[in-house]
This record gives sequence, structure tokens and C-alpha cells, in this order.
Amino acid sequence: MDAPRDGACWAFIRGSFELFVYGWYPEPERWRVNLSFLLLVIAIFGVLKDNLPGKKYWLWFAVFFPFIAAWLLVGGFGLVPVGTQKIGGILLTIIVGVTGITFSLPLGILLALGRRSHLPVLRAVCVVFIEFIRGVPLITLLFVASTMLTYFLPPGSSFDLLMRVLIMVTIFAAAYIAEVVRGGLQGLSSGQYEAADALGLTYWKAHRLIILPQALKISIPGIVNTFIGLYKDSVLVLIIGMMDILGLGRARLNDPLWLGLAPELYLFIALFFFLCCFSMARYSLGLEKKLRTGHKQ
Amino acid sequence: MKDNSSQASNPLTRLWRNQESRGVIIQIITITLLFAIIALIGRNVVINLAALDKEFSFTFLTWPAAYDIGFSPFLEYTSQSTHLKAAAVGLLNTLLVAITGCIFASILGFTLGILRLSKNWLVNRIAYTFVEFMRNVPVLIHILAIYSLIITLMPPVKKALDLGGGQFFISNRGFYMPSPVFEPGAWMVGVAMIVAILSVFLFRRWAKKVQDNTGKIYPVFWISIGIIFGLTGIVFIAAGMPLSWDVPALKGFNFKGGMAIKPEFLALWLALSYYTACFIAEIVRAGILAVSHGQTEASKALGLRNNRVLQLVVIPQALRIIIPPLSSQYLNLTKNSSLAIAIGYMDITATLGGISLMQTGKEMETMILVMGVYLLISLCISGYMNWFNRRIKLTER
Amino acid sequence: MKLKTTVTLSAALLALGVTSAAQAGTLEDVQGRGVLRCVTSTGIAGFAQPDANGVWRGFDVDFCRATAAAVLGDANKIEAVTSTGKTRFTKLNAGEGDVLWRNTTITFTRDVGVKLRFHGVNYYDGQGFMVRKDLGVNSAMELDGASVCIQTGTTTELNLSDYFNTNGMKYEPVTIETNDEGRQNYESGRCDVYTTDASGLASTRSALPDPDAHVVLPEIISKEPLGPATRHGDDQWSDIVTWVLNATITAEELGVTSQNVDAMKDSKNPEVRRLLGTDGSQGEELGLSNDWAYQIIKQVGNYGEIFENNIGVNTPLGIARGLNALWTNGGLLYSPPFR
Repeated sequence: MDAPRDGACWAFIRGSFELFVYGWYPEPERWRVNLSFLLLVIAIFGVLKDNLPGKKYWLWFAVFFPFIAAWLLVGGFGLVPVGTQKIGGILLTIIVGVTGITFSLPLGILLALGRRSHLPVLRAVCVVFIEFIRGVPLITLLFVASTMLTYFLPPGSSFDLLMRVLIMVTIFAAAYIAEVVRGGLQGLSSGQYEAADALGLTYWKAHRLIILPQALKISIPGIVNTFIGLYKDSVLVLIIGMMDILGLGRARLNDPLWLGLAPELYLFIALFFFLCCFSMARYSLGLEKKLRTGHKQ
Repeated sequence: MKDNSSQASNPLTRLWRNQESRGVIIQIITITLLFAIIALIGRNVVINLAALDKEFSFTFLTWPAAYDIGFSPFLEYTSQSTHLKAAAVGLLNTLLVAITGCIFASILGFTLGILRLSKNWLVNRIAYTFVEFMRNVPVLIHILAIYSLIITLMPPVKKALDLGGGQFFISNRGFYMPSPVFEPGAWMVGVAMIVAILSVFLFRRWAKKVQDNTGKIYPVFWISIGIIFGLTGIVFIAAGMPLSWDVPALKGFNFKGGMAIKPEFLALWLALSYYTACFIAEIVRAGILAVSHGQTEASKALGLRNNRVLQLVVIPQALRIIIPPLSSQYLNLTKNSSLAIAIGYMDITATLGGISLMQTGKEMETMILVMGVYLLISLCISGYMNWFNRRIKLTER
Repeated sequence: MKLKTTVTLSAALLALGVTSAAQAGTLEDVQGRGVLRCVTSTGIAGFAQPDANGVWRGFDVDFCRATAAAVLGDANKIEAVTSTGKTRFTKLNAGEGDVLWRNTTITFTRDVGVKLRFHGVNYYDGQGFMVRKDLGVNSAMELDGASVCIQTGTTTELNLSDYFNTNGMKYEPVTIETNDEGRQNYESGRCDVYTTDASGLASTRSALPDPDAHVVLPEIISKEPLGPATRHGDDQWSDIVTWVLNATITAEELGVTSQNVDAMKDSKNPEVRRLLGTDGSQGEELGLSNDWAYQIIKQVGNYGEIFENNIGVNTPLGIARGLNALWTNGGLLYSPPFR
């Protein structure tokens, strides 16, 4: 790129837009992707919007959404199966982000409870696990997923690569969520625990009814921050050769027709992530304000 | 759930109902499961490796690496060196970018954090926009974009920009500057500097004691600077200025001599620093805001000047809130430095976990080593930050 | 209750994810799946590159299609498993791909150490250097002190080190992950020299804005026989890949092209008749249908056609046959007979 260009050239993005969104997902089946996106929007709406009539059912829908989407995208059970190799672009980015977010929260809560358990062995296992995951970079875990994990499985079986990556990303995020939730648990006054004990509640009942609702409320900003981090980290799958939006974009930069358009590409992708992450951050801020029911200054 | 009191007579059920014995049972189950999983994985690894005729051993570390590394500022490395040495070069490069990155990110982060609190609307908004945009875009994109900017916008090496007297050059191959060459006698200057630093250390303790006892305040900062530069400077001149500069000059394809900061390092360092700085800025802002306004008012009522208020009252209290999240940002920066692999900066992930892995086919061994190294670095950082945190903790009397 | 449902569903999903893999019986796996998975590069113009619709095209991709035509009867039933130079072998060994058709040099270490099985050469290559014309360099021996862009995880980086060391020259290695990063770095002047296999240089040069401003130096510093690879331990599958390659070469030797293949079925030459399955049962012995080679040539073409369509003199890459001509034309391509 010797000569300076006049203005940006967005035809590059427009020309490959479908590829950027769907990856190699077969054209006649793309309605399934669109439907999943739509359901995702509905699920998010159901979780975030307050005072919805029948909020319980919206939440149930959100719990089942990942499974419905997995069925829609991968196929089987009446739908044409589509290999996960064909998933790419923004679709892949969203799959990695949403799966990580959905499954890391319950796992993270369990880990946090385990770390605060009175049972030394359980506690030690959780501490070692959390600190190990938090101590290494995500890309080394992805390398493990892409190179080493097959050695760990019984001979003759193999995992789908996308599945391996999703598991790694979930575990990674769960370790961070665990620390955030632990902070929330520690933030509760011991009076709450004592009160629960005094009521004669079992461990799980006390946590479900008294401890966790309060602890999670305190931890919401931290949890959302972890989610944002996880969503941004989803681009790292490019380093193990998966074609997410960044990977696909860079492969398309190789086309002789579109040489030297790296700035447009990076700006487009940066804006995409900014929109997603900034709205998450704003939502968390609003929630924080609403939940600050305590003493006002 | 049905509650059958009849079953309570069953000894197993009774054992389960008892809180203590239940704890023991759960732990035994955990241990058994854990060992079962480890044993299963171990068995699978052995079988799988045998099926591929591979063996698990670290002897490859002593084999010659056979590849070259473009950036090795601390160790003498050639392609005849071992894989172990290549790993060491990578580790030092990781540490280099992590340490310099943490320093720059802190400076930038504190500045941005204070700007975010500025009463000037424009300054405040600009800082806000910068922070919000930068931290909501993945760091990998920052790294790639900065690298691509550096190599396309900076002039090629033949048209390198002369930044002053033919001593400093900037091009898309890096930033070149003269490097010091120590001549015989330079050790005296080094000794003088150490002596100066030690005496500053003693002087500060003494000044603090005087202040505690009498309330007299010395201009400690300026005197310290004076001692360090003065003493070192005098010895330097007395020893006959035993220092010369190796000036970079364009010869053939590249600049020869001097020191160079490579664009790969520059891009990684810049991107990691400003990305992390945006998070630090928010931490600093929250920390300062958390110091109650009454503290500021009280210290002003005592007649302290504005910068003394910040220095003596606000910042020490804010630091207690800032340090724990700050340390996790340092950890993040260090771990993010592994993204160096995307632009070809030769850190430990790129040497040991990259080329060595590829050339030897030892996935398991190299990945275990790389992860171990990162774990060790992480432990060191959190250990240091914990120590620092304890030191500045509020001592309640 | 809620917990239980979630656990059950997760277990079901996990079970979906675990598939029985391809240790032995790759052929059955591929035929059962109905699609062939080839490990390819993430993008080298002319060899393997997605077009705007995401369809993979190129020289290596055509060989993958030929394999699919032989095994499945349909050249379009392929899936590209993209990999960087670094992840290609692990992807193959992990069973993510059935066969590797990806600019891969056959070496002792890879055959014996990395535990791959190679099946002959589909492209004879050698490592070369490309520089800008205006540098005025005529020989690789003048490259002392230059900055050199190399792709990491390849044999080129070892050859390069050996070459410069033997000749007592110094260089600054600029390591990159993929070919397009290499092109960007070279184009912007981050490095003076781009080194990779001569075919890769031709490909990269064709993708530069002004190809004529760059020159490939005459020195070829290594032997780079590129060929397909499969995992250890599946002899039937190895045979199939070997003979898919041989079939394309033999077809060119015998003058069978995608145009005349229907007419050639009735040829009087017994080798042509055996190749195309008119006589004998060579296909069945391989575990395929008897018209396997016919399908390859009909749907994809013979070696010469694959070469000319993707990288030949009439394409932007403009590579002459050179070493890759048939042995009868002074090249090295020589297929064992179909007998």
C-alpha cells in the first residue's frame, strides 16, 4: 500500500458480508441460523426485561435456549445435519461467547461454593483447579484443546473440535466467575449464615434461598465484566486455525481483489465487538444503579 | 422427598444424615473420583502415545533447535543452541514485554483515571470515550491493528526518518538508537551509582525520623535526585568519561550497530499497555472516588496544599482499594502477552510452545512446560502483590 | 428437578459431541459420513483459497476433490479443515481430517518422528527467495544482513538457517504464522526478502499489486517434495490416497483427459481400460467402485489439467511445469504402472 487511498473502501466488507456472518453454513439451511439469532434475541429479552408477565416461563425458555440452538445449528433429529466445520464468522463468535456465558455461571457458582466448603479435600481440589486455570493464558488452554486433548480420551474416540473449544472456554470463564462469586459470598455478613442456620435450613436450602440470591446480587458487575472478557476472548480461536470473524476476514484479505484493506477490516470487527460489549457494560451499570437499594449519599 | 423415619435405622442412612460422617464420605468420593480420572487419563495417554509410537520425554530440550530467533536482546542465541535455550530466550522476551507493559500501563492508567475525574468537561469526555472504546474491543485486534499500522505507516528502512543528528532513526523495521559501549573504568561509575542509591536510601530514613520527631520537612525528592545524578556524574567525569556510543548506520539492507526496538515488540507492548491501562483507569477512578470526601476536606482544613492532600491522604487510602484489582490486571497483561504469537514476537508461547513444538512433534511435553512457566510467573506476581498489599494495609490500633 | 434436567441434557449433548473416530477404517468412516475432510491451508492463492462464496479452490483442493470423486463418487463432497503450518499434523493425527493435501514437504522427521505416512509427490518444489527488483540483488549470496520473512512451523525456517550459516551470512528472521501475513509484511517493506517454496513465491508474487516489481532469485536452496499424508496404521486408506495421485499422473501419461475420458473407455490400450475400470477389478481391490479413476478424471481432470487450471502459465501464478512435467517430457513425474 504505497499510495494513500482516498477514503475507505467498504465494498470489501459488503461483498463478503454473508461469508462473515454465516461462515460456510450451507445456503439452503441458513434460515436455521437466522432463527437461532432470533431466539437468542428473545431469550436475552426475556432474561433482561423486568416485570414481564410470566417471567418464569421466559427464564425457562432462556435455560433451554442453548440446547434448542444447538439442535437447530448442528441438526439431526429431523433436520439435515451440518458439520461444525462449516460454522464460521460471526456465527462462530456468538456460539463461543453465548455457550461460555451460559454454562460458566452454574459451574462457577459450584466452584465458588466448593472453595468455601468446610471439607478440606473438596476445597483443595477447587482451589487448585481455579488457580491453575487462572494462572495460564487462554490460548495455551486452546492449544491443549486442539493438540493434547485427544491423547486424554480413550483410544479410538475423538471429540468435535468446536465442542472441545467450547468446553475449554467454559472452564476458563468458570474459574473467573468462581472468584467473582466468592467475593460476593465473602461480602455477606456472617449474620446471614447464622440466620439461615438458626432457621434450621440445610446447606443447599440455605444457599438457594438466602445466601446465593444476595451474593449474586453483589457480584453482578463482576460477573458481567467476566462475560464481556469472555466474549472478547472468543477471537482467540483464530490462533488454533478456526475461522471466526477475524480469521475469515484475514483469509479474505488474501484475495488479490482486496489487497491492503486491513484498516477497514479491523475497524469493522472492532465496531462489532464494541457494540456488543459496550451494551453489555451499559446494561450492567444500569442494573448496578437499580440494585443499589442500600444507603444513598 | 419422602421422609421415612423407618429408614433412619439403616446404618448407611444414619451415616449420611450425620454431618461429620457425611463430610468424610463426600471427601472420600471426591478423592476416589479424582484419582480415577487421573488414572484413566494416564492410561489413555500411555495407550495413545504407544499407538503413535511416540514417547514421553523431555530429552528433546537438549537437541539443537535449528531455527533462528529474530529478537533475543539478553542471550546469545544461534540456531545451533538447544531447544532449552530457545525456551529461555522466549521466557526472557515474555518477561520483558510483561514488565515494561505493566509499568507503562500503570502510568497511562493512573493518568487516564485522574483525567476521568477531571472537572473539565472536554478532558473528561475524551478520556471516557477512549477508555470505553479501547476496552470493549478484543486485545488481539488491537495488537494486529497496531502492528499493521506500524508496518504500513512507518517509512521503509531505506527512507528511515532521522529523528536528530543521525543518531535516532525510525522505520517500519523498528526504532534505532545509539547503544552505550562501556570502556575500561566504567565499573567505577557503576559502583558510584550503587553507593549513591544506598546513601539516598539511608538519607530518606533519616529524614523521615527527623520529620516524625520534629516535624521538619526536607525536600527529600530533590535532594535524592541531586545525590544520584551528582555523585554518578562527578565519578563519571573523574574516570575520564569511560563511555562511548555505538551509533546505528544504514549499511546494506539494514541498520548496523546501536539498539533497535523491533516493531513486533513495539506493537505488542503498546497494544497491551493501553488496553490494560483502560481497565486500570477505571480501577483508579473507583479507588479515588471511594475515599470519602470528608478526608479531603479534613486535610484541607489542616492547611495542606492540594498536591500534599493527594499525596498524603487520598492516594494512600485509595491504593488499598486499588491494589487487589490492579494485581489481577498485571496478571491479565502477562497472560495476554502470549498473543505475541499472532504477530511473530518470539515469546515463550512462540518459541517453546510454537516452533519447538512443531519441529519436534512433542505437543504434550512443550505444552506442560509452557503452562508451568505461566503458572510460575502468575504465582510470582500474585505473591509480590499480596506482599505489597499487606505492607500498605491499614494497621488498626 | 431443574438440576437433573440440565444434567441429563448436557450428557445427551456430550454424547452427541463424542463421535467414534477414525483409527482404523478411514474408508468406512468417510463413506459413512458421505463427506471427505481434507486438511488444507488457511489460504495460499492458487493452491487452496476460499472464494467470495466460501468455496475452496486450488491445486491442493483439486486433489482433495479427486480423492472424494474416487471414494464417494462426487468431487464436491469435501470439507476443508483449515490449519496453519503448525496445527496441520495434530489435526490429522487427532482425526479431524482424513487426509492432508496441503503443501507439505516430505521429510525424514515427519515420516518417522511425527508418525505420518506419505504417498508420493504431487509437486516438486524447492525453497527460493523473492526480493524487490529495485534492491538490485541478483543472487541469494548477496543477502547478507537482510531481513527475511519466513513462515513458522515449516521446513523453510530450518533450511534458511542452514543456508545462511553455511555461507557465513547473517539475517534477521521475521517469523509469521500464515502466508497472507507474510505477504503483508513483505509488501510493506518490513522485510527485504520473502522466502518459501518456489511455488508459494509465485503464488505470493501473483497476489502483489505490481508483480513485475518483484523478482524470484535463481537459487533454489532445498528439495521440497510436497505430497499428501495420512495417519499411521490404515494401509487400505494409504493405498487409496497413493493410487488417486498415481491415477491422475498415469491419466496424463496415457492422454486421458476430462474431455475425452468417455471415449477412452473403449480404448484399445489395455492399461487405459484397466485404469478406467473397463477391464479388471482394480477399483474393487482398493475397496472402491471400479470406475473410481474414471470419476476422478471426469470430474476433476488429469494431473496436467489440475496443474494448468490452478497454477499453470495461463493463471495469475504462471508457473511452468519444470520439474513437474512428466518424465517423458524431462520432468520428474513418474507413476508406477496400473497393472
